[in-house]
Amino acid sequence: MYSQKVMEHFRSPHNLKEIKDANGIGKIGNPVCGDLMWVYIKVDKNKQGKEYIKDIGVKTFGCVAAIATSSMITDLAKGKTLEEAKKINRDDIKDALDGLPPIKVHCSNLSADGLHRAIEDYEKKKKA
Amino acid sequence: MVDKEVEKAMLPYFTKIYGNASSLHKFGQEAKEALEKSRETIAKRINALPEEIIFTSGGTESDNLAIKGVAYANKDKNHIITTKIEHHAVEKSCKALEKEGFKVTWLDVDKDGFINLEQLKKEIADKTILVSIIHANNEIGTIQDIEEIGKICKEKNVYFHTDTVQSFTKTEIDVKKQNITLASFSAHKVHGPKGIGALYIKKGTKIKKLSDGGSQENNLRAGTENIPYIVGFTKAVELAKQEHCKKMQELRDYLIEKVDKEIPEVKLNGSRKERLCNNINITFKYIEGEALLLRLDDKGIAVSTGSACSSRELKPSHVLTAIGLHPAMAHGSIRFTLSRYTTKEELDYAIKHLKEAVAELRKVSPLWRGK
Repeated sequence: MYSQKVMEHFRSPHNLKEIKDANGIGKIGNPVCGDLMWVYIKVDKNKQGKEYIKDIGVKTFGCVAAIATSSMITDLAKGKTLEEAKKINRDDIKDALDGLPPIKVHCSNLSADGLHRAIEDYEKKKKA
Repeated sequence: MVDKEVEKAMLPYFTKIYGNASSLHKFGQEAKEALEKSRETIAKRINALPEEIIFTSGGTESDNLAIKGVAYANKDKNHIITTKIEHHAVEKSCKALEKEGFKVTWLDVDKDGFINLEQLKKEIADKTILVSIIHANNEIGTIQDIEEIGKICKEKNVYFHTDTVQSFTKTEIDVKKQNITLASFSAHKVHGPKGIGALYIKKGTKIKKLSDGGSQENNLRAGTENIPYIVGFTKAVELAKQEHCKKMQELRDYLIEKVDKEIPEVKLNGSRKERLCNNINITFKYIEGEALLLRLDDKGIAVSTGSACSSRELKPSHVLTAIGLHPAMAHGSIRFTLSRYTTKEELDYAIKHLKEAVAELRKVSPLWRGK
């Protein structure tokens, strides 16, 4: 049912951790539906003076697909500038995982949305 | 798995004794003899008459025939009573009848999964045809007091069907003592082959056949009888002994106690006492069942889950919902089923990996606040 790639990420997920000094947090999903993700980002400036994702971690309650998509977002977003990270979408995650079962596409592929929320949170905090 | 002896008993009926039980020639009569001997064995096990047993393709077909067949044959009335924790075969048969205009009452269950006998009494009305209540629940293992239910149905003069797929050979079924009108059985739950089962229909019960054709099986189930599978089913029933259940029960309690002691924040679902000897259903809080299931699968441990995430409809188990479990708790539920072949060493292995898998998944869960 799941691709080899999904199972790899499920078996050894990357960066499924809380970041203590995160400056952006995005919470998405709902335990009632069975999927909940908290995306933590640590944003810093790179040598060109652009803001980028220096570190990213996700805490996930959910199924195999939820865990794999959480792991994948950290691979795709780490090191990217905020402008680049904002462009990562659900399809990028799905494609990078060699696809997801159709039934899981809607409910468990939340990590890109979680990342966007974390970036919004960072930008809001910066303005304040 | 199919017991070796079951397999051995079946084999001659694929080759040497291949006659059609409806044929008059010797080959046919040999098959017929095996068929009727099987019927006698199954009947004896539940204190029924041989002519009260018909063979079917399994529990699902038996449930369909029992419920729809009785409803269609008694159209002067229109009411059926069942519960919110039935197997899908009963649940969906009743829902199909609802669409056709029958009235269905869905009895509640308490937190352990028991129906309320007073509620049952109250709901039985003049228009009630049938009461269908699962004996031992397939998900949470709770065993209903079918003797008491049978008594009520007899007093009120309504038919009583029970799905005994899980309980057959594991707890006593005596159709006379328990006043059962119809009972569904399946072979693969007792180490028999898949695709074969039976329905007990008390003599004199008004029931309409659902498939038309020949007059096999008391003219209630058309189609050439599947002799090798019927023989296999029967052999499996002969091999199922009461002491197996005692052993499974000890292992069941061992697993429940060990998990409770070694893993924090768990909850046993279903009755602790009136419970199927081979059923364990536990919620592991703060994690999701499909993830846990596949972590265990990697270690060669096969379990099932009531989580919505592993169901095609993305809905949590209706049984866990009916016992009042919050959806987030239902998502974290896992069912372990033991067999007479299960050993204590296997359980120790399972517990070790279960502990690790639960800890790993909790570690990455935002809901887990423990250490």
